[in-house]
Amino acid sequence: MTNEKLNIQQFLDADEKKDLLRILTAGSVDDGKSTLIGRLLYDSKLLYEDHLDALERDSKRVGHAGDDIDYALLLDGLKAEREQGITIDVAYRYFATNKRKFIIADTPGHEQYTRNMVTGASTANLAILLVDARKGVIAQTKRHTFIVSLLGIKHVVVAINKMDLVDFNEDVYNRIVEEYKTFSTGLNIPDIRFIPLSALKGDNVVDKSERMPWYTGKTVLDYLETVHVHSDRNFQDFRFPVQVVNRPDINFRGFAGTVASGVVRKGDKIMVMPSGKTSEVERIIGSNGEQDYAFPPQAITLTLKDEIDISRGEMIVHPDNTPRKERHFEANLVWMDESKMDLHTSFYIKHGTRVTKARIDKIIYRVNINTLEKNECEAFGLNEIGRAVITTAQPLFFDPYARNHQNGAFVLIDPITHFTCAVGMIIDKRDIDSLPSRITDMDRKKIHKGESLVKKTEREERYAQKGATLWITGLHGSGKNNLAYQLEKQLFDMGKTVVLLDGSTIRSGLSRELDHSPADRAEHLRRVAHIARILNDQGIITICSFISPLEDIRNQVGEIIGKERFHVIYMDADVEKGRKARPELYELAEQGKIEDLPGIDGVFEIPAKPDIVCQPEEDGENRKKVVEYLEEKEVI
Amino acid sequence: MENYNLTHLRELEAEAIHIIREVVAEFENPVMLYSIGKDSSVMVRLAEKAFAPGKVPFPLMHIDSKWKFREMVEFRDSYAKKNNWDLIVEYNREGFEKGIGPFTHGSKVHTDVMKTQALLAALDKHQFDAAFGGARRDEEKSRAKERIFSFRDQFHQWDPKNQRPELWNIYNAKVQKGESIRVFPLSNWTELDIWQYIRLENIPIVPLYYAKERPIVEYNGALVLVDDERMPKELAAEATMRMVRFRTLGCYPLTGAVESEADTIEKIVEEMMTTTKSERTTRVIDFDQDGSMEQKKREGYF
Repeated sequence: MTNEKLNIQQFLDADEKKDLLRILTAGSVDDGKSTLIGRLLYDSKLLYEDHLDALERDSKRVGHAGDDIDYALLLDGLKAEREQGITIDVAYRYFATNKRKFIIADTPGHEQYTRNMVTGASTANLAILLVDARKGVIAQTKRHTFIVSLLGIKHVVVAINKMDLVDFNEDVYNRIVEEYKTFSTGLNIPDIRFIPLSALKGDNVVDKSERMPWYTGKTVLDYLETVHVHSDRNFQDFRFPVQVVNRPDINFRGFAGTVASGVVRKGDKIMVMPSGKTSEVERIIGSNGEQDYAFPPQAITLTLKDEIDISRGEMIVHPDNTPRKERHFEANLVWMDESKMDLHTSFYIKHGTRVTKARIDKIIYRVNINTLEKNECEAFGLNEIGRAVITTAQPLFFDPYARNHQNGAFVLIDPITHFTCAVGMIIDKRDIDSLPSRITDMDRKKIHKGESLVKKTEREERYAQKGATLWITGLHGSGKNNLAYQLEKQLFDMGKTVVLLDGSTIRSGLSRELDHSPADRAEHLRRVAHIARILNDQGIITICSFISPLEDIRNQVGEIIGKERFHVIYMDADVEKGRKARPELYELAEQGKIEDLPGIDGVFEIPAKPDIVCQPEEDGENRKKVVEYLEEKEVI
Repeated sequence: MENYNLTHLRELEAEAIHIIREVVAEFENPVMLYSIGKDSSVMVRLAEKAFAPGKVPFPLMHIDSKWKFREMVEFRDSYAKKNNWDLIVEYNREGFEKGIGPFTHGSKVHTDVMKTQALLAALDKHQFDAAFGGARRDEEKSRAKERIFSFRDQFHQWDPKNQRPELWNIYNAKVQKGESIRVFPLSNWTELDIWQYIRLENIPIVPLYYAKERPIVEYNGALVLVDDERMPKELAAEATMRMVRFRTLGCYPLTGAVESEADTIEKIVEEMMTTTKSERTTRVIDFDQDGSMEQKKREGYF
């Protein structure tokens, strides 16, 4: 009796110190997945009791090996689901051995459940992929391997099951190993183990098989208990997304959150993103009071030496090791929603503790998850996977997913249904000059437009003009604004109703959050085009002075406004003329201090068919030309 | 030498704290549902840790069916007072005034009126948009796939077919007006983890969990404690002193005791693990079912 008491104490003391391994399993009903899991659950429960009663363990284990145990009983969650017709989902199962605790994310294997598998894979340290020894590597094996590599799981057990049905033949095993290795090279999975087994008969699941003496490796359970996953975490790059500001009273201001990666120590110099303010770590409060250092995935509260304003969604890092701070990046996306991706949607994006808006600028390709071929595609549907370019409203502080899972993953949330419609893994930032630019305009047919009681002809009579847009394009310093202002004055003096729109006015307000990257320029000009269109609809003439360097974008602006009332004026000045007018600007660009200046490091496409071409030095002549043109077109 | 290993308990602890903080950051009016059971006790401790040294920025709410064990109510009040919690206690006034109780109305009516309806009315009354619950995925099979952030429509209903994907530790907290979430920070804990954590952290639990000589009657095939004078007199008269403990806590007439000698956590765990053995051959391991939580869930609300 006293002896037993001691045992439970020892058991609890040892149990308390175990670490946790999260496992992904994927497979369909008949490939033996349930049998394998059932056996692991069952046998490990025995191991629990082992500890208490060594003798009973041995007899029981021997007694059950190869017996008809109803493993389905252990997995009746799935069974119940099938009976009830509920969508098969990710089921989490828990078991423990003397060495470790395990959480199995058990997911169905069919293609229509890809999103479930992706979900299970997101938190897994290790994946068990089942291969039927009779069938070898099939499409499902490839699909599962691809998903595992996409989610960055570093350890894969290829469980070559049903060896009993191929007479425990070593050649069969070797052939499958070779086949698997051939297709999986290039998928970047650092640790792949092959284990021949019979889940049904128990060979190489818990105990070594005597029927496969040629296999000298570990059994499944032995491997699960000993695989080293601890160093898979990123301990190099300290990233601390601030979750909650803890300010119970004026004497305490702590920043609570979970260490996403890296290690932080008391006294460390830190920097806050995006403000760039620096300070020093004063205290680290962990789950058991103060500690000297913290590492992932600890949930801690930091206090700093200086009083700095920091809010949720900001990030504390070391100043000499900072993440990317970008609004444009490329990512692998998995589409999780029943409804197809709509490129016009402005999604919520959640990355760490930061939530902002995002849009999908471009799909680079879609992967056929069975053949791994890349195809062009317009939009992803449910369970489709591919690469896309994403632009966010506010910058994210991220690392590439491959380097830092915790700081490279995000989800997209539908703004209307609030469903998590996609998940993403950031590849890296996108070079500013390779960004796609496209006016992502709403499908106008969808919008029910009210009909004005004022007729077009009535407006034309009142204003003695037709609504039209004069779109002045040209380089920086080409004299666009000069012409625009002169024209506005002249038309006004002629009794016309004119509104002038120019870059600095729109950018200081309406387009305040946008930068000069091609994707943002497109959005900026989309807004301008819509203002011009509304004004033109009301019979007002707009003069728009915008560099608008790309022909394609100018055409799209024209489409929004309406071709017949869109008139392009090109200020024909080359870089040299522009430099004369704005020397300081061009100098900065040449020194690389500003990026993307058309004519220097950004493209400027001269309009192919401008309606009017103006020379900057011919001031009065230009105005005359435009007025004559407007009269000729019967705008005025 | 710095050590960057976390034990499974510390990892689960960190995960739960992350979840609790995330809810506080993203919701306007959260509440922690407090069943006074052992899982609730663990969850409450995790909330305290999440906001230390500050005070937890949300209240505890207990739905009192008015038939809880007296020791539960005493424990609740003293714990809340000692640890400076805002404690809300709600009950179904109408049901109480009508005298609804398990001895007179049976367990089904009692549970529905005094627990489920009381809970839903309390959630509506206080306009809570997020409610923490102590349920675990290993408790019952249908829970194995419920999300940690589990959405409820305006009628508090859960739709298992329409759950949001939940990846990494990124939780989608967007809800429409009138919708709410139930949050389960202990989703990935097993019953053994709970006991281990109680042991490790020295978390106080209601003494009813420990074996003791108690006045017991047999009622509807269960060992029921004579807890107050509302038990029918002829029934109470049959009471005998027996060494028992409770594996779950709820309404005393509906909660059966088990005969046990386990008066320490170690002995409880030992008992739990040996019981497992005998149960296995007939059915799936069905550990401790945590009283009120468990029952409400079966009714579709948890």
